[in-house]
Amino acid sequence: MGQSATDLMIRFLVGGAVVCLFSVIGDVFKPKSLGGIFAAAPTIALATLYLTARKHGAAYVGVEARSMVAGAIAFFVYACLVSFAIMRYRRSSVGIAAALIPAWAGACVVLWALWLRR
Amino acid sequence: MRVGVEFSKLREGTIGEYVERFLFGGVVTVIATLIANRYGPVIGGLFLAFPGIFPAAVSMTEKHARKRKAESGEHGTLFGRAEASVEAAGASAGALGLAAFGLTLWVGLREHKFPAMLILAMVVWLATSLVFWWVREKL
Repeated sequence: MGQSATDLMIRFLVGGAVVCLFSVIGDVFKPKSLGGIFAAAPTIALATLYLTARKHGAAYVGVEARSMVAGAIAFFVYACLVSFAIMRYRRSSVGIAAALIPAWAGACVVLWALWLRR
Repeated sequence: MRVGVEFSKLREGTIGEYVERFLFGGVVTVIATLIANRYGPVIGGLFLAFPGIFPAAVSMTEKHARKRKAESGEHGTLFGRAEASVEAAGASAGALGLAAFGLTLWVGLREHKFPAMLILAMVVWLATSLVFWWVREKL
């Protein structure tokens, strides 16, 4: 598997802590739209990139970072769709946010096909 | 538009909700690592921007806003959803900041050391997010 249990445990703990930290920061800011920027903070990246850089080197992280740009553009599309759909269809936010995750994946596939795989 | 901080908002969250966020964050981080390990950095990098915690975040915003309205004797379902929608709109600005974060690392790591670039990327993320948030508020 190439990834030790200790390494995964560290990533789990750091990832959980970073997500909690940013969600607390997002909770206290007003207006709510300003707090919302922390819902798209680079939490997973912060939790993993240091260990990844130590294990695989900066060039590997650079490749991941390029893909992250595409993933973030897909996140932008996804967040806009969620914001619109919650108001348009007046359904519960968690249901809409979960149902639209495939939109993020679809945007990622398009960006991978057009850009990343070349 | 008044910008500020309200520490009283922290009292709205329960220990259970923070534990839920912690577990979500940890699990998503591990899954992203395993995907990168299995499919390589090109696919793995996409998951560094996976909105894994986002549904839980907007859900909690809706729930807390609805509860505040209910405490004042009003029906807060639509208000709660409006708050969640506004948070999602803010997250779209954060996502553009996230793209700038990745771009900074991608370009910067060709010539500079990782720790310095990570710090710079965080500054770029925050600055870009705030600029796009401000522009969106002005529109």
